[in-house]
Amino acid sequence: MGRYLSMKPSAKMSKPTSLFVIFFSLFVMSEAVFEDQVGKFDWRQQYVGKTLFAHFDSHSQSSKMLFLATDKNIFASFNSRTGDLIWRHVDKVGPEGTIDILLLHGQDALMVVGDGRLLRSWDTNMGGLNWEAMLDTGSFQAACFVAIQDTVKHVAVLKKAVISLHYLSNGHQKWVENLPDGDAVQYQAVYSGGEEEVYVLGVVPNSHLTIIAYSLEDGEIIKQRSVEAPWLSSVESSCVVVGQGMLMCVDPATLALYTLPIQAEETPQFNQILLQSLDLEVSPSFQPVLVSSQPHPARSPLSEFFLQLGPDHHVLLQLNADGYTIAPLRDFQPAFLVSFATTGEKTVAAVMTPKNETACAINLFSADSGRRLLDTTVIFPLDLNGGKPHKLYVHAFLKKDDSVGYRVLVQTQDHALTFIQQPGRVVWTREEALADVVTMEMVDLPLTGTQAELEGEFGKKADGLFPMVLKRLSSQVTLLQAWLAHLWKLFYEARKPRSQVKNEVTIETLSRDEFNLQKMMVMVTASGKLFGIDSKSGSILWKHYLENVQPNAVFKLIVQRTTAHFPHPPQCTLLIKDKDTGLASLHVFNPIFGRKSHIALPVLPRPILQSLLLPVIDQDYAKVLLLVDDQYKVTAFPSTKNVLQQLQEMSSSIFFYLIRSDQGNLSGFRLRKDLSTERIWEVVLPTEVQKIVAVNGKRPNEHVHSQGRVMGDRSVLYKYLNPNLLAVVTESTDAHPERAFVGMFLIDGVTGRIIHEAVQRKARGPVHFVHSENWVVYEYWNTKSRRNEFSVLELFEGTELYNSTVFSSLDRPHLPQVLQQTYIFPSPITTMEATLTEKGITSRHLLVGLPSGAILSLPKMFLDPRRPEVVTEHSREENLIPYAPEMPIRTEWFINYNQTVARVKGIYTAPSGLESTCLVVAYGLDIYQTRVYPSKQFDVLKDDYDYVLISSVLFALFFATMISKRLAQVKLLNRAWR
Amino acid sequence: MASVPRSFLLLSIIPTILILCADFACCNTGRKTGDGLDTDFSGFSVPFEHSFEVDDVSRFRMRGALQLRGGRETSVSLSQSQLSEEDRNTLKEVAVVDGLYKIRVPRVSLTDRQTERQMDGYLTAFVRACSLVESHLSDVITLHTDVSGYLIGVSIVTIPGACRGTEVEDEVDLEAFNTTLTIIAPTNAPQPETALFIERMDIEHEKRGKPQEQKSFFAKYWYLILGGAIFLMASSSAQPSAGGAEEQQS
Repeated sequence: MGRYLSMKPSAKMSKPTSLFVIFFSLFVMSEAVFEDQVGKFDWRQQYVGKTLFAHFDSHSQSSKMLFLATDKNIFASFNSRTGDLIWRHVDKVGPEGTIDILLLHGQDALMVVGDGRLLRSWDTNMGGLNWEAMLDTGSFQAACFVAIQDTVKHVAVLKKAVISLHYLSNGHQKWVENLPDGDAVQYQAVYSGGEEEVYVLGVVPNSHLTIIAYSLEDGEIIKQRSVEAPWLSSVESSCVVVGQGMLMCVDPATLALYTLPIQAEETPQFNQILLQSLDLEVSPSFQPVLVSSQPHPARSPLSEFFLQLGPDHHVLLQLNADGYTIAPLRDFQPAFLVSFATTGEKTVAAVMTPKNETACAINLFSADSGRRLLDTTVIFPLDLNGGKPHKLYVHAFLKKDDSVGYRVLVQTQDHALTFIQQPGRVVWTREEALADVVTMEMVDLPLTGTQAELEGEFGKKADGLFPMVLKRLSSQVTLLQAWLAHLWKLFYEARKPRSQVKNEVTIETLSRDEFNLQKMMVMVTASGKLFGIDSKSGSILWKHYLENVQPNAVFKLIVQRTTAHFPHPPQCTLLIKDKDTGLASLHVFNPIFGRKSHIALPVLPRPILQSLLLPVIDQDYAKVLLLVDDQYKVTAFPSTKNVLQQLQEMSSSIFFYLIRSDQGNLSGFRLRKDLSTERIWEVVLPTEVQKIVAVNGKRPNEHVHSQGRVMGDRSVLYKYLNPNLLAVVTESTDAHPERAFVGMFLIDGVTGRIIHEAVQRKARGPVHFVHSENWVVYEYWNTKSRRNEFSVLELFEGTELYNSTVFSSLDRPHLPQVLQQTYIFPSPITTMEATLTEKGITSRHLLVGLPSGAILSLPKMFLDPRRPEVVTEHSREENLIPYAPEMPIRTEWFINYNQTVARVKGIYTAPSGLESTCLVVAYGLDIYQTRVYPSKQFDVLKDDYDYVLISSVLFALFFATMISKRLAQVKLLNRAWR
Repeated sequence: MASVPRSFLLLSIIPTILILCADFACCNTGRKTGDGLDTDFSGFSVPFEHSFEVDDVSRFRMRGALQLRGGRETSVSLSQSQLSEEDRNTLKEVAVVDGLYKIRVPRVSLTDRQTERQMDGYLTAFVRACSLVESHLSDVITLHTDVSGYLIGVSIVTIPGACRGTEVEDEVDLEAFNTTLTIIAPTNAPQPETALFIERMDIEHEKRGKPQEQKSFFAKYWYLILGGAIFLMASSSAQPSAGGAEEQQS
C-alpha cells in the first residue's frame, strides 16, 4: 500500500504532504515477520479432538507411530515417544466427514467416512492416501478385514441393506450383494475367521437371529440360518465372537450367557449358561458388557474374553475347547478398565485398578491363564482437576528376554490423552479438550512480591508521617535487595553455558513483565474443562475439569476483578447455562491459579435470560454481575449489603435489553429500587419478514483516543461514539436469491431508538461483523453476483458536537450521519475481530480468519466510507485511499505466515502495556498466539538501535559546547583588554 | 419539509434514501380524535397512547390518532388533543421524581391491510418526563418501518433533550404538543461501485493519452542511426584532411 500511495499523487502534491505520505506509508507497509522472528513472539498448538479410535503401529517393533481418529473428523498420527503430531488429515466438518471406523493392517489404515459414504486407505508411514472408493448408499453398520490362507486381501463393509467386498490393494469392489429381507432384519455385524466365508449377523429384535454366510469368491449365499432368540435385541451391544467362531451373547434380563456356533451346518440352537452357575453376580441396574479380541484377521478370535459385571467389576473367562462350557480365569474387582493386547503369539490383558486417591495401577495378566505377569505394574496418576479414566489403549511388545513389555495410552473423560511407559513414567499428556475452545479471556499477571509490597503501601491507610517514612524506607530496602539478587543471578548464570539456563514458567514464578506482554489466557472448552495458559510460551499452567457440565451448555466468561486490586486476588466467573432449560450455574475461580473460590454463590432456581456486568464495584473491588431471570427479576452477585445499597441508589440509571430472536422482539428494561424491573421500550421485527441472527454491542474495555477526524479543509468531523449502541443483524426469511436481504439495524440499547436501519438487497448470510468505535464492518454473501462483500458503516455527529463533555443516550436528540461503502472481498471468511490497544491511539486493523487457516490483518483504512471516488486536494490531504471496488488480499498481511490455524472459530484480541502492540489469539482446532503492531512499533526502539553512536555524539556535542564556551569567554576577555 | 432534521439532509449523499414523508400536525382540538378512528379509503388510523405515572406503572391513555397511508407514498399525520389540567399536573409531578413519559403504538402493517388487526402487541418508547416538560412539549416522534411496510419501532426525543431544572409555566407551555412526526423506511445499503470505478479508470486512461504504439527499434531511432551513419561516413572521408590540418597547426 505504501507504493500505491506514494506513487499515485506524486505529480501535483506539495512537498510536505508527500513527505508525510511516504512516512505514513512506511508505517503501514511492513506487516510480515522476518525469518529470524518466526516463533519468537508467536506459537501454535495443534490438536485433534476427542479420540474415537486409536491404534498403535504394530507393523514393526521399533515403530513410534500412533494413529488416532477423532470426533472432529480428523485422522492423525503421533510420535508415541514425544506426543508430537507427525501428520494430520482434517476432513469436512459435520456428518459428511465423520469417521465411522478405523481399521489397521500392516501399513494400511482403512477408514469408512461419512456414514458409509467413502472407503479410504491411507499409507501409515507417510500419511498419504492410497486410494478412495465410493460406497453404495445406506448407513454404515460394520466393517472387517477378510483373509484367505493367512493373508489379508479384502475388506468387507456391511451397510444397512448391502454388503460389499473390496480389494485392500486398490479399493476395487470384488462383489456387492443386497442383503435378503432388509426391511425386517437389522444387520449389525460382519465376521470372518480366515475361512472361505464371510458371515453377516442380523437380528429381528426380540424374535430371532439371522446368520448368512457369503462365499468369498463370488458373493453367493452359501447358507442362511435363522435362530430363535426372543431375548436378543441388538447384536452390536450384547454379542461378540469368541474362540472358533462361537457367538457369545449376554442377556441382562435372564442374567445368562448364550453361545452359538456360527459355522454350524445343521439348525443350531443357543446354548444357555447361567451366570449364577459361574458364581458371577451383576451389579444392580448394570448392563453387562462382553469384550473379546481377534489378534489377527486371518485367525479366529481368542477363546478368552472379559465380562464386565459392574462399573468396576470385570471377570476374565475362557471358553473351553468343547465349545459349550465356560471357565472363569480371574475375577477383577475393583477394576475400572480392561483391554487386550497381542504381540507375536502372546496375548495379554491390561487391567486398571484404583490404587489410592491420586493414582491408579495398571497390571498385565496372561490372557490364557489369568496369571499376573511380574514387574508389569505402572502407575497412572489421577489428576484431581481432570476427568476419570475412560479408555485404555495398550501397546504390547516382546523384550529381548522374550517377556512382554508394554506402553499404555489412557484416555480420560476430559478428552486428555496420557501416554505411560514402564516403569510408570508419564511420557506425555495431550489436552485434546483444547481442540474445542468456546470462549476465552486474557488476564494480567500479578505483580511480583516486591512490586506488590510497594503497591500495598499506597493501599494502606496513613498512620502518621514517621511510620510512613519508615515503611517507605523498608520497602525501598527490599527493592534494593531484590535487585541485587537479580544482578547476582545474572552474573551467576552468565558463567554457565547457555543451554543450561532454563527459563521455565511455573505458576510460582509468574509475574507481570515490564510491558504487560505476558498474560494468562483463560480458556473454556466445550467439554467443560478450563485451562490457564501462559501467553508467552503456550504452556498450560493450570487446568480444572467441571464434571457435570451438559454437552449442550453455553458458557460466558466474565472477569469480575482484575489483578489490579492487590491484595484481593483476581476473580473470574463462568456462567454455565443449559441451552434447553436455561437453568444456569456459576463457577467462580481465580484466573491465575485456577482455584475455585469459596464465595457464597447465589441460588438460581429460574432460567437466566441475560447477564450483565456493571461498572459498580463492591468494597472488595469486584464488579457486580446482574443476572436476569425469566420473570425479569434481578439477582446481583456478589450481593452484599454495600452492593445492594449502591444498586438502589443507581437503579434509575441501570438499563438493560433483552432479545428474543424467535419472536423478533427487542425490549429494554430499567431497574427499580426493589431490584424488580420495568419494561420501557419495545421494538418488534416481524419474524415473517426477517429473523435476528446476531446482536453485538461494543467491547467495554475499548478506548477511543480521538473524538473526530480532521478533514482536508482542517475542520473536524466528530465521531458518533455511543457506548450503548447495538448492531443487530437480520436475515430475510425469504431465501430466494432475488428477494433475500440482510438487515443492519443500529439500535440504542438504553432508549430503544433505531439510529439507523439499512437493508443490503440480494444478500445472504452467514454475516460476520465487528462493531467498534463509530463503525460497523460486516461481511455477507451477494446472491446476485455470487461473491463475498464487505460493507462498512461509519457514524458521525457532524462538524459540531451536541454535548462534548458527556454522552447520554437520553439526551442526544439528533440522529447521526451515516456513511456507508461496500467492497468486494475475494475470499469467504470464517471469523472477524478488530485489534485493540491500551489507549486507542494506534490505528485499527481487522483480523480476518479465512477458511484456508490464514489470519489476515486488514487495515481499517481500506474500509473507510469516505474513500473518494474522485481524488481531490482535500482527500489527498486527509490521506484517503481512492475508492476501489475490490479489497486486496496481500500475502504479507497474513500474520500467521505458514502457521495456519485449522478451522478458525474465534479471534481474541487484548491490549498490552505497549500502545503499539496488540495480543492476538486465534482458536479453532488449533490455537495460535501472536502480537500485531497495526502502526508498527512506534514506541519501541529497534533491536539494532545504535546506542554507542547516539551517546558518543551526545557526549561529543556536550564537550564541544563546553570547550567552545570556554574559548568564547577567553576571546571576550581578550577583546575587553584591548 | 422544515421539520426534517438537518441530519437527514446531510444524509442525502447516500443515493436512495427513503424519507418518504414528513408531516406534522399540532394544536388540534380534541374533537378530531374520535373522528380519526373511522378510516377513509386511502389510509387508516391507529390509536396513539401515552403513559406517565408517578409510580412508574404503565397506564396508557389516548393521546391522539395516527393517520397512516401506505403504498408508494407512505405518509403519516397525527391528530392529538391538548393536555388536561390534571394531566399537566401529573406530568409535572412525574418530572420532579424523574419518571418516564412513555408512548406506544400498535404493531400494524402499512401495506397489507388484512394483517393489521391480527398482529398483537405494541411498540413502545420513552423519554424522560422532565425533558418533555422543559422542552415545552416539543417532541420529535419517528416511526420506523421495515422493508415490507410493517411498523417495527417508534422513538421519541425532545428538543432540547436535557433536563436542567428550569421552571416551566404550565398554563402557557404545557397545553399543547408541538410534535414533529416522521416515518422512516430502511435505506438501501450501497453495492460495490464497480461501474463508476471502471468509468473513472477509462477517463484516466484517456487523460493520459493513448499509449505510444510499439514501434520497432529502427522505426523509432531511424533518424539517429541515419544521422550517425552520415556523421561516420563524413568523418571517415574527412579524416585524412583533418589529420593533415592538425599536423599543420602543430
